[in-house]
Amino acid sequence: MNLPTFEFTPALVVAIPLLGAFLTPLVSRINDKLRNIFVIIIMGLTGFFVFLLAYDVLAKGIKVYVFGANTADTIQSLENGLPLLRILFEVDAMSVLMAGISVILGFVAVIYSWSFMKENTGLDKYYTLFLLMIAGMLGMELTGDMFNFFVFLEITSIASCALIAFWTNKGKAVDAAFKYIVISAIGALFILFAVALLYSQYNALNIAVLGSMIQYTFLDKIALILLIVALLMKAGIVPMHMWLPDAYSRAPSSVTVALIGATLASLYGVLRVCFTLYGNSLSNICNNLNINVHSMLGTLLILLAIITIILGVIMALRQINFKRLIAFAAIAELGYMFLGIGTGLTVLGNPELAVYGMTALKGGIFHIINDALDVGLLFLVAGAIYYATRENSLNRMGGLARNLKYTTVFFLIGLLAVSGMPPMNGFASKILIYESTYQLSPILSIIAILCSILLLAVFVKVFYSAFMGPAQPKFKDVKEVPKSMLIAMGIITCIIIFIGLFPQFVINTVVTPAAEALVNFGGEKGFYINEIIESFTLGGV
Amino acid sequence: MIYNIPYIAVAALILIGLYAVVFKRNLIKMVIGITLIESGVNLFLITLGYREGSIAPIYTSSPGGIMALPVPQALTLTSIVIGVAVLALMLSLVIHIYRHYGTLDARKIGGNEE
Amino acid sequence: MSGMSKIVKTISSITFPFVFIYGLYVIAHGHLTPGGGFQGGAIVASGCAMILVAYGSVWTMGKIKEKNLSILESLGGFCFILLAFLGLGFGTGFFNNLFVGNEFLFGETPKFNSVAANFNTAGVIPLMNFAVGLKVIAGLFAIVLVMAYASSIREDEK
Repeated sequence: MNLPTFEFTPALVVAIPLLGAFLTPLVSRINDKLRNIFVIIIMGLTGFFVFLLAYDVLAKGIKVYVFGANTADTIQSLENGLPLLRILFEVDAMSVLMAGISVILGFVAVIYSWSFMKENTGLDKYYTLFLLMIAGMLGMELTGDMFNFFVFLEITSIASCALIAFWTNKGKAVDAAFKYIVISAIGALFILFAVALLYSQYNALNIAVLGSMIQYTFLDKIALILLIVALLMKAGIVPMHMWLPDAYSRAPSSVTVALIGATLASLYGVLRVCFTLYGNSLSNICNNLNINVHSMLGTLLILLAIITIILGVIMALRQINFKRLIAFAAIAELGYMFLGIGTGLTVLGNPELAVYGMTALKGGIFHIINDALDVGLLFLVAGAIYYATRENSLNRMGGLARNLKYTTVFFLIGLLAVSGMPPMNGFASKILIYESTYQLSPILSIIAILCSILLLAVFVKVFYSAFMGPAQPKFKDVKEVPKSMLIAMGIITCIIIFIGLFPQFVINTVVTPAAEALVNFGGEKGFYINEIIESFTLGGV
Repeated sequence: MIYNIPYIAVAALILIGLYAVVFKRNLIKMVIGITLIESGVNLFLITLGYREGSIAPIYTSSPGGIMALPVPQALTLTSIVIGVAVLALMLSLVIHIYRHYGTLDARKIGGNEE
Repeated sequence: MSGMSKIVKTISSITFPFVFIYGLYVIAHGHLTPGGGFQGGAIVASGCAMILVAYGSVWTMGKIKEKNLSILESLGGFCFILLAFLGLGFGTGFFNNLFVGNEFLFGETPKFNSVAANFNTAGVIPLMNFAVGLKVIAGLFAIVLVMAYASSIREDEK
């Protein structure tokens, strides 16, 4: 297979949703149906370019795009000793993996919105904000510049906050949005402060340049703490999780699905900071001085992850609001990812355990894909039930399997996947996390397995109370949800089943290159820093 | 000492802002706190780019001498623009909250009953 | 809320054109002097906000519809992205400054030691400033207008 490679794909991936966002209000003056089709086409086009980019990156290694000039000119001016002032997009396997997740979630959510949001007014603003949010997420994941990362983070959080509050008349949505904007504004300002600290020392904003120069001074450590705290806050790890259940449960379901993407983009930020910006010591094992930073950071992440898993599952057990319950399950799932990533971070510096560290990291990254799909599917099902019955409380549901046949099947698949049952994709990634954390400490993996079982119990309870049981007279007229929502859920279900059946294929083609791009022991083709430093012989930076 | 005064101001602004966000219960005061943090960070960025006796970085009519670094200024401008958007969004959410609950006290809004 | 006293209305009507022109000046000279699309747009929008305060939000809402403002805003954003795309289509890269060096539309190259640069320089940057200025004027004014209108409605209810 020989696809054409475009030099411009990284720019187009962000530019097309932006263009769509600004065109949407103009298009919706003409016709509402035309606008829906237009938005779906824009998302499809973005998806096409993301996959083109992914093919390119996975085949040829890291791809650098310079804004405002062609790459050759920039290299030449750098060789002449001019500083690196331009904004760069640096796309490696990890970035395209995250971009792929975001674009799939966005595409599905847009299709879902067609029927789900049909009765609302102000949909031109809804779609504008939606496309802005997608553009922000993709920008966060592709950018190679710390300040640009901050800008895209703010775009994402402003757009997503306005979308959380979209149902302003439905009461609680507004204060969930306020909580979210306070958290994300403070987080973003922390990030900006950290960027300023780094800039003051190294006179550079580019992640690769900073990563190659980082000295682990006192100020660097403060910047690291600020960055990690801010990004964990945005990702919803337990001490800072209070915004997440509110925001997830009170936003429209289609928005919630995109919000998962925004949360995972923050998680990508954590990975980038730990492994690339402060990743100098990982590739340089003999430098024992800096190993401490990573193992301490990894231990902290593991601790937080364990608390997150336990608390998420326990809180999920006692929820009666359907979407809130799924939101707490999503927090628990975030804990699994951080367990894998933290284990990887802790032991990668240790030569004896490095293999397990790699497995843990792969498990964590694989779980990012699976969590996005599983939790996304569950939220879509919850939205479908709300659409059909106007009911959110589990206590007032029952016997819905008679009316909503397809939705029931989708929920069953999502249930099995999210609780890590063997034929589904959740199992494939969780087993990687279990077996690698067992090497670090058996207790960790025991807790993880136990909580996974509890998660199954939670969802079986939901399945029973919502779909099983006697038919209720008030749900007699409930019909199956419209086609566009079924299609959206069907797309995610197909991907889940595909990954569940061929996990090894996905690990080999996508996950392993991503993990190797993050951690690299010897300057192979995925190595983020070396690749860029080599192509830009840095002059006066 | 005199050159450290901007940094002291930065620390003071950020700490006062954090205090307001964490301890104040009025939503408007929380918004003010966030704006204070933002001003602190912006001041920090601007201070980083300044050298004593430096002039504005315009090349064409430069009288010579050292110039202030333009990059932090560009960053600050971007951050101010973003700050305006965040501020507008927060204030409109506060308006909605006030309409819905009739109060701005953080203790009296929200709650989990659903 | 039907606006303030006659004195305030008259004074703000007289000063509004000056504020407006000054804002447009800051937008147009964004590539030569401190300022640019956002700053000039903010000046113009605050001039509009002055009118809004003087005449009351209900009157202003009758004159300018919020919907038209949001159309203008997205037009500004669209022009900005379009200019960036032009760099991709005719030049070498996204956001490429393709008008530099072609002598007619903002294409002059400034001489190095000249006292002040010519207005007709800097390529697409002035055009982008215009687009951003349009977006900021419409966006900020729409925000202020909607907020004022929402709060005045509430006062009427009481």
